[in-house]
Amino acid sequence: MDLVNALVALANFVLIPATAYGAQLALGALGVTLIYGILRFSNFAHGDTMALGTAFTILLTWGLQGLGISLGPLPTALLALPFAIALTGLVMLATDRSVYRFYRKKKAAPVILVIVSMGVMFVMNGITRFLIGVDEIRFADGERFLINARAFKEATGLEEGLALRSTQVLTVVTAVAVVALLFWFLNNTRTGKSMRAFSDNEDLALLSGINPERVVMYAWLIAGALATTAGVLYGLDKSFKAFTYFQLLLPIFASAIVGGLGSPLGAIAGGFLIAYSEVAFTYAFKKVLTYLLPDGMAPEGLVQLLSTDYKFAVSFAILIIVLLFKPTGLFKGKAV
Amino acid sequence: MSYLSAEAMTGGYGAADILHECTIGVDKGEIAVIVGPNGAGKSTAMKAVFGMLNLRKGRVTLGGDDITALSPQDRVAKGMAFVPQTNNVFPTMTVEENLEMGAFLRRDDIRRTMDQVYGLFPILKDKRRQNAGELSGGQRQQVAVGRALMTEPQLLMLDEPTAGVSPIVMDELFDRIIEVARTGISILMVEQNARQALEIADKGYVLVQGRNAYTDTGAALLADPEVRRTFLGG
Repeated sequence: MDLVNALVALANFVLIPATAYGAQLALGALGVTLIYGILRFSNFAHGDTMALGTAFTILLTWGLQGLGISLGPLPTALLALPFAIALTGLVMLATDRSVYRFYRKKKAAPVILVIVSMGVMFVMNGITRFLIGVDEIRFADGERFLINARAFKEATGLEEGLALRSTQVLTVVTAVAVVALLFWFLNNTRTGKSMRAFSDNEDLALLSGINPERVVMYAWLIAGALATTAGVLYGLDKSFKAFTYFQLLLPIFASAIVGGLGSPLGAIAGGFLIAYSEVAFTYAFKKVLTYLLPDGMAPEGLVQLLSTDYKFAVSFAILIIVLLFKPTGLFKGKAV
Repeated sequence: MSYLSAEAMTGGYGAADILHECTIGVDKGEIAVIVGPNGAGKSTAMKAVFGMLNLRKGRVTLGGDDITALSPQDRVAKGMAFVPQTNNVFPTMTVEENLEMGAFLRRDDIRRTMDQVYGLFPILKDKRRQNAGELSGGQRQQVAVGRALMTEPQLLMLDEPTAGVSPIVMDELFDRIIEVARTGISILMVEQNARQALEIADKGYVLVQGRNAYTDTGAALLADPEVRRTFLGG
């Protein structure tokens, strides 16, 4: 039995990757939950907004790299991110003006807005592919590892290596900063409070003189910023591919709904819950168990509950369970 | 002419009219109460005064200005405040934030008004960090009235402020409403508890099927045997 090696293996293959993934999902789910809270529909275009925002970031990163500008050990994409956020924000506002506002004026039912957002999704899908192509793109540069597996083994003398990639740390740090900023904004500024009021009770917000168009505008800008940040962090951590981002929609929706639609805190909790479940269900625990169990009792199989190809089934199963037994989610959001 | 005067309002939500030539008015510092049986159009009359209903005929004036065409938001800016019957607080926001949102349109210092509201409803000061959704029904009504007062309105409109609260809380709320009226604010309210409401009313309007059935001072209506027999249960 070797507890230390088992823990290191678990950290290396489950805890660290899942934490980074959870932070990415949380940021994505925050955007979905925000739009749901303010505009009262599930925005299916969110995954492709992430893709588009990331595509902007990659193009700007290439531009910066072409000019010879870099951030040293940090990825150049971080420098491009604010500009990409601004561009995505403009796209969001243009979409709202040209598409969503028409349906808002008509007081369209939420289900119609969902279908409208699917239309927007297909258009954004096409624009992203047209802009940057369908291939997998790696755009992370700078220092790759904070802790290198081999260096870790040499330093500790353990059998198991522990790798900590700089993008994983960057993901978590950025996510914490963004979430802190968002919560500060929602709880302490006049505009943030008016957004919460609007989400809480739209009619009363109108009676209090809160301008709905302004609230909606801020919601789109923030959702665009969150989507771009989430997309870029995911792309830095793994890689960018338009189709993968479209697929991320399922775990992101699952996160938002598990946490409770409309609840920002729920979106974060949901993101981590989905990420840990997904990674834990698809990880082969053979190695960890071999360390933990007495000699001779080591499992022969992989001890993997699901093949990684089925990882989306995990989000889907959690989504169904929550919708059946606790439709308002963990943090008492709105019922779907 | 009264400070608020809504004359011959006719209109409804769809094709059929709910209000027929309905007239309501209230003067500065007065309390006007609309009573009547269920489905008489009491709440509809309130909504019409506040611009939440399209009127086919009639006009609404406030302090002599014609406001018939203004949206509810514009009427708030004109000095009207409305407390809906239900869903009248922001449940996941604290009491203090609810009051702040009431004063959303104001750019000046709201501290003084907030102190006045806390003076009127001392319990709210104790609970100011608590979410409004977690309060009791009576306390929630106080938050709702407080939120409306934060705009420093000239006219406060209350749609059944005592719905669903205990008799003790009801008396308490009526006392507070009288106090508000003494500061010079006009009050127009719809009440289910007709007898108690008419006791504090300067003006009473009895509506039946969207029409003015009886209009008089609160005391006169209470004394009218016809009104007593038909609406106040003897």
